[in-house]
Amino acid sequence: MPAHVPNAGLNRRDLLKRAGGLAALAAFTAACGGNTGRPSSGGGSGGAKVTLSQWYHQYGEAGTQQASAKYAKAYTDANVAVQWTPGDYASKLASGLLSNKGPDVFESQLNIGMVKSNQVVPLDDIIADVKSDFAEGDLATNTIDGKVYGIRMIVDPQVIYYRKSMLDKAGIKPPETIDDLIAAAKELTTNKVKGIFVGNDGGNALGGPALWSSGGTYLTDDHKPGFTNDRAATAIGKLHQMYADKSVLLGAPTDWWDPGAINQGLVAMQWIGMWAVPGMQKALGDDLGVFAFPALDAQSKPAVYSGGWTQFVSAKSANVDAAKKFVKWLWIDQAEFQEDWSLNYGFHIPPRKSLAAKAAKLQSGVAAETVKLTTDYGHTDNPSWTPKMGTAFTDLLTNVIKKGADPSAEITKAEKTVNAELSRLFG
Amino acid sequence: MSNSTDVRRTDSAAPGVRRGRGRRQKGIAGTTMWFWLFVGPFVIGLLIFSYLPIIWSLVLSFFEAYNTVTPSKFVGLQNYVDMLTDRNFLSSLGTFTIFAIFIVPLTFVLSLALALLVNQVKIAKAFFRSVFFLPTACSYVVASLIWKLSIFNGVRFGLANTVLGWFGIENVAWLSTVDPPWYWIPIITVRLWLQLGFYMILFIAGLQRISPTLYEAAYVDGAKPGWQIFRYITLPQLRATSVSVLILNLIAAYQAFDEFYNLIGNVNYARPPLVYLYGISLGSIQDLGHGSAGALILAVIIMIVTLLQNRIFGFGKAGD
Repeated sequence: MPAHVPNAGLNRRDLLKRAGGLAALAAFTAACGGNTGRPSSGGGSGGAKVTLSQWYHQYGEAGTQQASAKYAKAYTDANVAVQWTPGDYASKLASGLLSNKGPDVFESQLNIGMVKSNQVVPLDDIIADVKSDFAEGDLATNTIDGKVYGIRMIVDPQVIYYRKSMLDKAGIKPPETIDDLIAAAKELTTNKVKGIFVGNDGGNALGGPALWSSGGTYLTDDHKPGFTNDRAATAIGKLHQMYADKSVLLGAPTDWWDPGAINQGLVAMQWIGMWAVPGMQKALGDDLGVFAFPALDAQSKPAVYSGGWTQFVSAKSANVDAAKKFVKWLWIDQAEFQEDWSLNYGFHIPPRKSLAAKAAKLQSGVAAETVKLTTDYGHTDNPSWTPKMGTAFTDLLTNVIKKGADPSAEITKAEKTVNAELSRLFG
Repeated sequence: MSNSTDVRRTDSAAPGVRRGRGRRQKGIAGTTMWFWLFVGPFVIGLLIFSYLPIIWSLVLSFFEAYNTVTPSKFVGLQNYVDMLTDRNFLSSLGTFTIFAIFIVPLTFVLSLALALLVNQVKIAKAFFRSVFFLPTACSYVVASLIWKLSIFNGVRFGLANTVLGWFGIENVAWLSTVDPPWYWIPIITVRLWLQLGFYMILFIAGLQRISPTLYEAAYVDGAKPGWQIFRYITLPQLRATSVSVLILNLIAAYQAFDEFYNLIGNVNYARPPLVYLYGISLGSIQDLGHGSAGALILAVIIMIVTLLQNRIFGFGKAGD
């Protein structure tokens, strides 16, 4: 028999106790609420300045976080709160974009899923006047159905940097084909030093460049897989050969995007972005050369992955117009800040042609060579290539590079996933 | 009424006060109030943070839900069909199985052995108990980073490679080598280091519950100390503890995430189900429909295995 008797009467003290308990609970749950990076005031009613939340991933170079705060503070039309995100920025951003508690303004790379699910707004109106000042690839990577969704902040070329002294000593010239690269990496490998560092995963970062160097592409212009021919299979298969030769460094404390391995003399060559040039020059001085990912053979060209970061405005923002105004101010009007961001910490190519032409730090040495290689051989991301397709392609690379699976068979498997995605997106 | 005694007990602080009907009722109301005050926050937390998400993911699993938690396109059982035919999901179950085959028996045997040793130590008992229990307090993420960056890194100054170097053995890239699959060594050892102490404490508690008279009776009957006593007295007496250790261990293995994610990341040759599901639903793919379907499939598998295990070992039977 249940012992609960309905409350015969709640006296004032009971009521207070219960109310107190509830209040404590409410305070607790409120404290658990999401930290959006905004101050708790905000709202922006009645002439007060609106507050915008701006999200960044964690840049590796010292001073970047302070610089981002400096730019935010210099903006007078709104309060801008910068949220600096160490760790898995992509996942945090993805969940932030599900609700209006996320960022108003954020950096990322565009993919068609963000447009299909209305996460970003078109920025054609703010870029219109200066569109011709951006490189074609940097516009294409942010354009879907003729609309521009993001303003490129920085361009990050990824290439192979090498210790000139080590190659000279071994009598090796910078490789011109993938086979040259494989032979060089093998030759340069000793029991203390490995030939090349392409990431602790064995070289998944080289998948795109190998594909491009065979003349292939992720997706063709009419939305079909562009990685399915025999040349692509051959190029991807070569990555396994380099791994099987044991000439790649594995298990380094830092990954390929950090110059630690080449700076500490663990390798002779490293696949890495131009952002690391100041860090490598500091450690290695002039003992540094650069080449693009070499061509598969004489029929095709070398490849540079022209990555980077782009600024977007969240469609779920309560202040879309204010956010667009801020993006225009910082990434289109403030040439001085853009130059600071591109050149004073790591090295990046400013996406504005007018700025890039003036960038003194990129006009000599390996930086200048990298810029030249990017102009000649650069490939930007295709925004129709979704993360799901990316995962299928990564699985393909892992199976081929590490497990030595047959590239053609793996390509067929990845093609199936990519086709399913394509039919979901384009019908 | 069975609980009138309880009521009287709460009132007994003021003996001699008249026990009117009103007093009695207030006592009950007071008890109920305190019950809800203490239990309420946890129940609310459980509802909001556990049950609501479970129901929500059941709903999501029937929808196409890319980049949204409020989907509109109903797809019926398609997500379940996709997941059950997805070779990556199936291979993640395979990865888990290999992991469980190593980790469950190893943890069981080693924690029991530790418990027996620590229980027999004559001096500094508390010290040994704490020393082995301490790693339990360490975070999986922190331990994984130490394993990855200093003990099992692939270069010549990693601890494991330094030791191998003394014997002239070449550097091993522990976490990146798939043939032979050396990555299992860091993955298994980090979990052993972290959880042995916890299961050891469970076993010690079980050992201390065994009545000494049983051992005395066995000696009187001529049982030899050592294996015979262990096999015929200690082990059977530990059945309840052993079964709970096995079940907890297996569920913990199913939930493996932190060490895999932090040691080798989301790679297709060694990702347990949770890492795979995290990748498709919460990582950059944001396919919450398939992710939810996979999570529910996994939940059902865990339930079935746990029930089967119960059936076989008879956990919670009368007398345990």
